[in-house]
Amino acid sequence: MVARVQTWWTIFRICVEERLVYRGDFALGTLMRFLPIVTQIFLWTAVFAGAGKGAIVGYSQNDIIAYYLLTTITRAFASMPGLASGFARQVREGEIKKFMIQPIDVIGFLLLARVAHKIIYYAVALGPFALVFWLCRGYFTAGWPEPTVLAAFFASLTMAFLLGFFLELTIGMISFWFLEVSSLLFVYMLFNFFCSGHMFPLEILPQPWQGIVEFLPLKYLAYYPAAIFLGKVPPDELVRGLMIQAGWVLFFVIACRTALNAGYHRYSGYGG
Amino acid sequence: MSYLGVFLTFARNSLIRDMTFRANFIIELISSMSWMAMNLGFYTLVYRYTQNIAGWDKYEFFVFIATTMFVNSLVQAFFMPNAEELSEMVRTGGLDFALLKPIDTQFLVSLQRVNWSSLGNFLVALMLLAYAVPRIEGYQFSLAAAVLYPLYIVAGVLILYSVMITLAATSIWLGRNQSLYDFWFYITNFSRYPMEIYDGPFGKPLQWAFTFIIPILVVINVPAGIMAKPILADNPYGPWLAVFAVLATIAALAFSRWVFQKALGSYRSASS
Repeated sequence: MVARVQTWWTIFRICVEERLVYRGDFALGTLMRFLPIVTQIFLWTAVFAGAGKGAIVGYSQNDIIAYYLLTTITRAFASMPGLASGFARQVREGEIKKFMIQPIDVIGFLLLARVAHKIIYYAVALGPFALVFWLCRGYFTAGWPEPTVLAAFFASLTMAFLLGFFLELTIGMISFWFLEVSSLLFVYMLFNFFCSGHMFPLEILPQPWQGIVEFLPLKYLAYYPAAIFLGKVPPDELVRGLMIQAGWVLFFVIACRTALNAGYHRYSGYGG
Repeated sequence: MSYLGVFLTFARNSLIRDMTFRANFIIELISSMSWMAMNLGFYTLVYRYTQNIAGWDKYEFFVFIATTMFVNSLVQAFFMPNAEELSEMVRTGGLDFALLKPIDTQFLVSLQRVNWSSLGNFLVALMLLAYAVPRIEGYQFSLAAAVLYPLYIVAGVLILYSVMITLAATSIWLGRNQSLYDFWFYITNFSRYPMEIYDGPFGKPLQWAFTFIIPILVVINVPAGIMAKPILADNPYGPWLAVFAVLATIAALAFSRWVFQKALGSYRSASS
């Protein structure tokens, strides 16, 4: 048991070090990430001026901008750059074999690496994020939410991370069956962008699309935590919503493991 | 052998290369088109809630989007793959071979590869333009607009090319410039909206700077304004902006040429 914890701890430390190599590039990149928000603020100001209404689908102008700001946080938790494509590359080039030989679970290893990367990311990104949110505090007209809502927000964020990880890794596992998955990943990315609420609050979608998106796991990757923070989720639905999100996490944990086992069975180690 | 002849050879070779991997070509075609379709979907949704955005009504704005697609598809087809290649050539020392060839180096590194699949969006943009223009309220055909529109699209492409090659040239000084693409994306992100949305105490200076210092706002706004509201009738700077756009194009090209030459002067061959 102790040896096992030690192994995982070492892996975690290596991943942290690896991430810190490019810290300068990294901090700059984080600040640049907020540039699209600047254009979103101007765009929505113009939209509201043109509409002449105080609110669109229940969002005031400030709410929409607060929403976009919050999705940068949810995306920082849920987005997994290079996870599925990296896994597919390991399968294609045969690197995955090392996990079959070594006594390390590949899903656990990747999860730990991701956690390490994310922790470093938040440590570096905290400064830029705090600065931008402080500058934009005026858009959060309702102030801080209730402690229970805040707790639900953080729970939803944590699950967004797990959901993003297991969902994307499951897609990456498809590479056991089709060696080239980059086009599939692109389709997923497109869907994700549109249906997760990254591009706009999902309430904007007309029926039947809104109903369809309601049943997809994607909305928990960007929309849902932000909606909780802004008080768009009624308190009596909060628990149910979080349960559904947890259900989706569990679903993809199982799907991911099943796909890995099935994939190992049909894998035939090309490359060296 | 004339420069045109050389370019045609580059274009032909790229086409042969693209046609060798035909499935990949088609996937690339579809993915870049679906990206634009999503963008169009987003604005269709927004226009359900408002009549106009910063003075652009729905079909005028579709003309704006079509213009964006024209410019982007041309930039991506002719210059994007080459600018990415340039920073790679600097890192690997491959630029040595380009320098040795008896041809203008900037011409060679800017145009040696044509990405044909990006031109798919060019056709989509044509269709969108044909759909949107007759639907603009009170639209009157103007011969001047029809002649000037393609010319200003070319001018816009040249301005973006200048920005891109200037950014790419910095990789000669920096050794490697990985975030080139990100930076490019974030800068050009500002150009993809009507300039009228940049309003208010922060917007006006931004609008001014991105028009007169780094002239990326004229890239789309001038041709789109010429086509949708014949000859920039509503533009805050009026038809004079079209005159300025010509000067800006010349200045941008001259500046990028100067930067490129300067950068080449301090090129230290990495290894070859």
